[in-house]
Amino acid sequence: MSKTDNQQHPISTYLKIWALLFVLSTASYMVDYLDVHGYLRWSLIIIFMLLKAGLIVAVFMHMMWERLALMYAIMIPPILLLTFIGIAALEADNTFFTRSVYFLKNLM
Amino acid sequence: MLTTAASTPPLHSPVLEEGVKGFISDWSADQQSFKKVTWGKAMMWIFLVSDTFIFSIFLISYMTVRMSATDPWPHPSEVFALTIAGKNIPLVLIALMTFILISSSGTMAMAVNFGYQKNRKVTFILLIITAFLGASFVGMQAFEWTKLIMEEGVRPWGNPLGAAQFGSVFFMITGFHGTHVSIGVIFLIIVAIKVYRGDLDNERPGFFTGRKGKYEIVEILGLYWHFVDLVWVFIFAFFYLW
Repeated sequence: MSKTDNQQHPISTYLKIWALLFVLSTASYMVDYLDVHGYLRWSLIIIFMLLKAGLIVAVFMHMMWERLALMYAIMIPPILLLTFIGIAALEADNTFFTRSVYFLKNLM
Repeated sequence: MLTTAASTPPLHSPVLEEGVKGFISDWSADQQSFKKVTWGKAMMWIFLVSDTFIFSIFLISYMTVRMSATDPWPHPSEVFALTIAGKNIPLVLIALMTFILISSSGTMAMAVNFGYQKNRKVTFILLIITAFLGASFVGMQAFEWTKLIMEEGVRPWGNPLGAAQFGSVFFMITGFHGTHVSIGVIFLIIVAIKVYRGDLDNERPGFFTGRKGKYEIVEILGLYWHFVDLVWVFIFAFFYLW
């Protein structure tokens, strides 16, 4: 068996990431607290979410120190979900459309 | 071995390639693709990928349901507001739960570190703090559910606030996440006891698998715990903030 490495990193790295996650969480809460609306709200939510998720996976779960073979095996399959999201969004629009037509017909 | 060593190259190249070349040689290896990871850690990662798909399917169906609902969707900012000292603060409980979970991730990451330093006492204390924070998260979730069911009258099949689908999505997603947190707390307590007893230093076989105790299990537990935090990041963004 090949040698396995322990994930040993300085405590200060974790503390910095921890503080950063606090800042990002506060920022995403502020989006709601300050009542930001529309595209600005949605893009801010997604940016803060992705930054937080990235920091957790990369540092806390040590992904950035793993070998590329593991990184790809874990990170690539979830990309498939984008396709799934696209299909589900089309489906949802269609359902909304048929519901609206049906309810309109009932009103007339 | 001495006779063939000159003609046949060694099975495992002692030097591991980096980058894309390393990726290709790792994946074309005849025995093991994940070179520097034990099977326990690799299996936890693969489990987490499958769990990612489960939570993604929940969130995608939530998107479908919310986009296709003809009734107005209840405003989470108002539904989850709390009145503290006479002031109505939007989403305050959820924000608090978010900070608690992030803090528990921080203490978990440090527990892994102290574990590899074989510092039994500090690892134990950090694991217990993590478990305590996790338990308080579940407690606050129970409070949130109680408030929603008893005061707001939210049910899986309908609610007085708007689209009927709100309740089913809410109970399904937060319930599944809360279950993950609860299982994580149990897992944390089990590992904390092992650390405290010195099982990991003495390589005492586990009660279930019979495998030798190693500090690596703290890191594997950490992967699970950080994943629970990770899922919450997505639930917080898409369900509570959107």
